[in-house]
Amino acid sequence: MAFDRTAHKYLRKNFKMPTIWCSGCGIGIILGSIFKALEDLNMTGDNTVFVGGIGCSSRIPFYVDFDALHTTHGRPIAFATGVKFAKPDLNVVVVAGDGDTAAIGGNHFIHACRRNIDITLIVINNKIYGMTGGQYSPTTKSGEKTTTSPYGHIERSFDISKLAAAAGATYVARSSVYHVTHLDKIIKEAFAHKGMSVVEIMSPCWTTHGRRNRFKTPVEMYKWLKDNMIPLNAWEKLPEDKRAGKIPYGVFVNKKDIPEYCEAYYEHIIKPNLNKKRRDFSEDIEAMKIKLEIKAKEGWHV
Amino acid sequence: MSEFKRVGIIQGNEACAVAAIDAGVRFFAGYPITPSTEIAEMLAAELPKVGGRFIQMEDELGSMAALVGASFAGLKPMTATSGPGFSLMQENLGFAAMVEAPCVVVNVQRGGPSTGLPTKASQGDVMQAKWGSHGNYPIIALAPHTVREVYDATVMAVNFAEEYRTPVVLLLDEVIGHMRERVVLPMPEEIKVVNRKKPSEPPEFYKPYKHTEDYIPPMAIFGEGYRFLTTGLFHDEMGFPTSDDNEITKLVKRLHKKIYAHEEKIWRYEEFMTEDAEYLLIAYGSAARAAKEAVLLTRKEGKKVGLLRILTVWPFPAKIVRELANGKKAVLVCELNYGELVGEVERATKGLNVPVFFKGRWDGELLHPFEIRDFIKGV
Ligand SMILES: Cc1ncc(C[n+]2csc(CCOP(=O)(O)OP(=O)(O)O)c2C)c(N)n1
Ligand code: SF4
Ligand SMILES: [Mg+2]
Repeated sequence: MAFDRTAHKYLRKNFKMPTIWCSGCGIGIILGSIFKALEDLNMTGDNTVFVGGIGCSSRIPFYVDFDALHTTHGRPIAFATGVKFAKPDLNVVVVAGDGDTAAIGGNHFIHACRRNIDITLIVINNKIYGMTGGQYSPTTKSGEKTTTSPYGHIERSFDISKLAAAAGATYVARSSVYHVTHLDKIIKEAFAHKGMSVVEIMSPCWTTHGRRNRFKTPVEMYKWLKDNMIPLNAWEKLPEDKRAGKIPYGVFVNKKDIPEYCEAYYEHIIKPNLNKKRRDFSEDIEAMKIKLEIKAKEGWHV
Repeated sequence: MSEFKRVGIIQGNEACAVAAIDAGVRFFAGYPITPSTEIAEMLAAELPKVGGRFIQMEDELGSMAALVGASFAGLKPMTATSGPGFSLMQENLGFAAMVEAPCVVVNVQRGGPSTGLPTKASQGDVMQAKWGSHGNYPIIALAPHTVREVYDATVMAVNFAEEYRTPVVLLLDEVIGHMRERVVLPMPEEIKVVNRKKPSEPPEFYKPYKHTEDYIPPMAIFGEGYRFLTTGLFHDEMGFPTSDDNEITKLVKRLHKKIYAHEEKIWRYEEFMTEDAEYLLIAYGSAARAAKEAVLLTRKEGKKVGLLRILTVWPFPAKIVRELANGKKAVLVCELNYGELVGEVERATKGLNVPVFFKGRWDGELLHPFEIRDFIKGV
């Protein structure tokens, strides 16, 4: 597959280029992996919808030649729930940042996982609020400097993949923009998965994060990912004291036996009730007359 | 052949739920809150019977978001809430206005601010319905005054949403929502149902936010091959984000004209004994019930009072108010709040030399007809 051709096939026509992303940003790499997965799975603008929140990551829906909803900060998963539940034959892909997903939209995130609604959530985790210029996010590490933690961050960070798994997502995987072959694979698996799938992608933001935390260039941040991200099977063998500062990547959850929300709704709620008589206060006039006659015979004053 | 009639002693909230399905609502997302919950409960049971979908979301922020998603997926969506939930919905209500997503928000008003008075009536959210979300956008809001009228107003709200590609707020209140009245409802096939205008051009030529002559852009639906972009950022006709001042001016104007150019078709009101009236009462929703009674009481005592009962509170029927107020000795506005729509009445009657008086209650109790009668006496 020639990548250039794929890119042209999936890029939104006539949309302003170049992209808004800084040079060195990982988001473009992710867009490339998304294109490859779309091509492999024959997902097109006629059967797939992209939904984004607000942030650099959430701009992806602008650039794809698909129906796209660029929504409000934190809410893309809730919008996507509306789209998917209203028209279940659509593939629905949400692209959101770590802030979108785990801060302002944390509630929608865990509940979508719990429902196991068939949405793919791609979380671009740059550990920072990129779009607003580098404030700390729920995934910023303790000690890191950001514009709102100028003396070093004192809070602990969320593990988005663990959160998704604990909340009940049925496919959860992590990768990074350094590990592109792996990234291609898990995005494809997530798209193909039926149920809530969450892909967390570690992606450097040098502009607002790296350069304030002793990375001299974006390349150093990619090197950091290479040196510090460990495949899941190796991670599992790693003694506890060697794990600090390292990030495991791989597929954490892949369950096929949990009912998908829209299917469960159809099976258990729509199918058994479809076309049943509505409670709309309508009365069959003939039936009503008969009822009244019976009552009259029984000596009721009607 | 059996013939069906819909007769019953039903609640306002029930009438709303029945009307929603009759008008074609097939999607409900909401979060329970008194005094609106019966609408959600009834639709949870009823929507599946017509192939519709109900979801209880994690909060009202998400409910409103899901409505917009469902709207673009082609269904007619509705939610129901009350003050605290209505506040949370403002974020994506503004989004719905910006992206022109047809949807209906029922707000069964209760006393506020804050958690306020969960089980008592209020009309305290009338201004919030218009100005609740940030920025410049118009809204349609209806405030029915009987259970039977809740049915009509609900159908109207769904139809207006579809016709004008806009969110519509249905302002009930605790009394209208919970009160039971005997009603005769039309059968579903008897009512007029409006569906949104769809694009006639092929996808290559489709402009999702086209500046059409009637200001309403035809709406494509996700998954039909139009591949359009929708954003809450200011956008051009293609839906692409823009910060060009001309484009922004054009869009804000069109959003407003879309409603205001059609306002005379949207205005619904009732004149009650206004022909010979020397004094004009203005009221809406549950307060209008007491106002009507007060007109009769006051007339018995020889004072010629008439009532303008407003159903369409937004866009505010200023022209009608001005015409009716002209030449009156005084205008009296009755509301269950500290004074909201009275400000619009003052604006509408500016320069007429007719004094505007206000009688309000904000303690959860209804205005009593005697209170209004005595108030009129004092004018
Ligand atoms: C309700 C609301 N609050 C705040 C903002 C401002 N804002 C825009 S993007 C953003 C953070 C983005 O961070 P993240 O979600 O991690 O995305 P990134 O830009 O890093 O990809 C914030 C706080 C907003 N748009 N809306
Ligand atoms: S600010 Fe950071 S996340 Fe945003 S485009 Fe630039 S590098 Fe990427
Ligand atoms: Mg971020």
